[in-house]
Amino acid sequence: MNFTQIALEAFRAMGMNKLRTSLTMLGIIIGVGAVVMMLAIGESVRTDINQRIASMGSNLFIIFPGSQTSSGGVRVGRGGMQNLTEGDAQALQRLENVDYVAPVIQRGFQVQSGFSNWNTMVYGVTPEFFSIKAWDTSSGSLFGEMEIRSISRVAVIGQSVATNLFGDFDPVGQTIRIQNRPFEVIGVLADKGSDLGGSDQDDSIYIPMSTARQQVIRQWFPGSVNYIMVQAQSARTMADVKYDLTQTMRVRHRIREDQEDDFTVRDLSAIAEAAAGIATGLTLLLGAIGSISLLVGGIGIMNIMLVSVTERTREIGIRMALGARRSDVLFQFLTEAIVICVCGGAAGVALAYLGTVAISKFSPLQVGMSAFGIVLAFGFSAAIGIFFGFYPAKRASSLKPVDALRYE
Amino acid sequence: MTSVTSVAAPVLAAAPLLKLRGVRKSYVTGDIETPVLKGIDLEIGRGEFVAIMGQSGSGKSTLMNILGCLDTPTSGEYSLDGHEVATLRDDDLARVRNRTIGFVFQGFNLLKRMPLIDNVALPLLYAGLDRAQSRTRAQVRLEQTGLGPYAFRLPNQISGGQQQRVAISRALVNDPPLILADEPTGNLDTQTSVEILNLFTELNRSQGITLLVVTHEPDVARHANRLVRLKDGLVTYDGPVEDAHL
Repeated sequence: MNFTQIALEAFRAMGMNKLRTSLTMLGIIIGVGAVVMMLAIGESVRTDINQRIASMGSNLFIIFPGSQTSSGGVRVGRGGMQNLTEGDAQALQRLENVDYVAPVIQRGFQVQSGFSNWNTMVYGVTPEFFSIKAWDTSSGSLFGEMEIRSISRVAVIGQSVATNLFGDFDPVGQTIRIQNRPFEVIGVLADKGSDLGGSDQDDSIYIPMSTARQQVIRQWFPGSVNYIMVQAQSARTMADVKYDLTQTMRVRHRIREDQEDDFTVRDLSAIAEAAAGIATGLTLLLGAIGSISLLVGGIGIMNIMLVSVTERTREIGIRMALGARRSDVLFQFLTEAIVICVCGGAAGVALAYLGTVAISKFSPLQVGMSAFGIVLAFGFSAAIGIFFGFYPAKRASSLKPVDALRYE
Repeated sequence: MTSVTSVAAPVLAAAPLLKLRGVRKSYVTGDIETPVLKGIDLEIGRGEFVAIMGQSGSGKSTLMNILGCLDTPTSGEYSLDGHEVATLRDDDLARVRNRTIGFVFQGFNLLKRMPLIDNVALPLLYAGLDRAQSRTRAQVRLEQTGLGPYAFRLPNQISGGQQQRVAISRALVNDPPLILADEPTGNLDTQTSVEILNLFTELNRSQGITLLVVTHEPDVARHANRLVRLKDGLVTYDGPVEDAHL
């Protein structure tokens, strides 16, 4: 018997007891559906987290003013005073393996538009800031070196600000007032959601550093900045960069050997790693839950196949009397199990597809099925068919013809 | 009605189709060994029509299973169509069953959910033919037994006599030299039994097919040329049917 005939026989056998076949298949459908869907959910959670991490900037250090003990013995915590300068930023820019350095000054303001007003955070930044964050606009454009040099009154605003100040209108080309000075909105940033700390990254306004310093945000002393972001060229050079920038900062701030740093270096990769770890763990957990249901489905297959072999003992005897070899019988029953599993697998993938569509529609998560997940589930269900079908098939094929024929 | 003038002496001169020497078979249940066949010597030539008779428990079914390569003897030699069956492996035994032997059973043993044509085609599929070829040949066989129009019915949609004709078609489809029939008329009424037995006689006479029929009915045995009578696992009579005082 060739493969087509064996497959036809398998379909015929499945058709003999449709209710039983479909119930057996249901186990596989649910199992495969669960695996595919769980993997899809896990994957989309991971993608979501990765996007959030990427929007914070990758391979990133943030240098904050650090703890400091004054001559009187009063210890001041991080950010307690401003001792970072644009000079520091320029010095760090010259380090090896550093891509971008972006000093940032910030302050909250009540901002007005022609329609409304809104309290938000105003940031004075350089173009490097947008490069580090890998941010882009959804309409309009970002500002560049030109606007810094000409001290332009232009602003790039986040989605939340745009909504609160302009409602449904396109803010680009409109004017907002910060500290009573008019700024032209030249761009609206693409939607980014909240960062991993939970604060809304879209609720902010970005204006050129030079304009901010001269006209909007009063500093402690000329050239001081709130914090400095430093982006290393790659994840591998992170450690080197951290060492170099610490040394540079200590030299520039004239810190003696025995004194502690007056700045704090925060490394976002640790947060990113933790988040990625959580996402991976979540995917594994969901996959494991799905796998268990697939396993239960597989055991269902084995159970039904064993019943089927017992029930069809006489048929097996007849087939052997007519010249079926043991391998013919083995393949017949194995094929039945595999066909049930593969059909169940296909239906399970379809079910998972409906599930992901429903989840995407009714929850904030955008779930898409991956080709990998589908291939994995199919391979897995075929493997389940072979694994759990083999024992019953082996049992059928090792019957003695005379015993099988005599079976009532 | 059968011509029994000779027990095919000229045929016996050639190598016999099957030959048993000292065949024993015993079943072991726990510590108790139950001998069923206690040393059977038998030679059957090509073209013979042999009836094997015996009461239940005489060992005729066991002998039938061994002859049909469905079971193996505990000891003794059995050669069939030149093969020493005892030395064959499972796959070769399957091949012998497929090519050399056609089975006809008391309960017909058709596969229930399969159209008649596919039942008949099954031995051809196991012989390696493709579906189309084997269906064509199965259709021809069914038409020879007058069942052509029923080819796509299921076994439970035709009468018992028709089912047995289908089973005979299936037994013949691979052109085996030997047909083994185990109580072939046991489930049939008298009229149908006669039809089936006439079909056997016809096959034996016109196509030279060797027929071995196991039965406990003298009326069935009378259709054969030669009778082998078993009792308690031994052959007690082997000779022409008309000398057996049935």
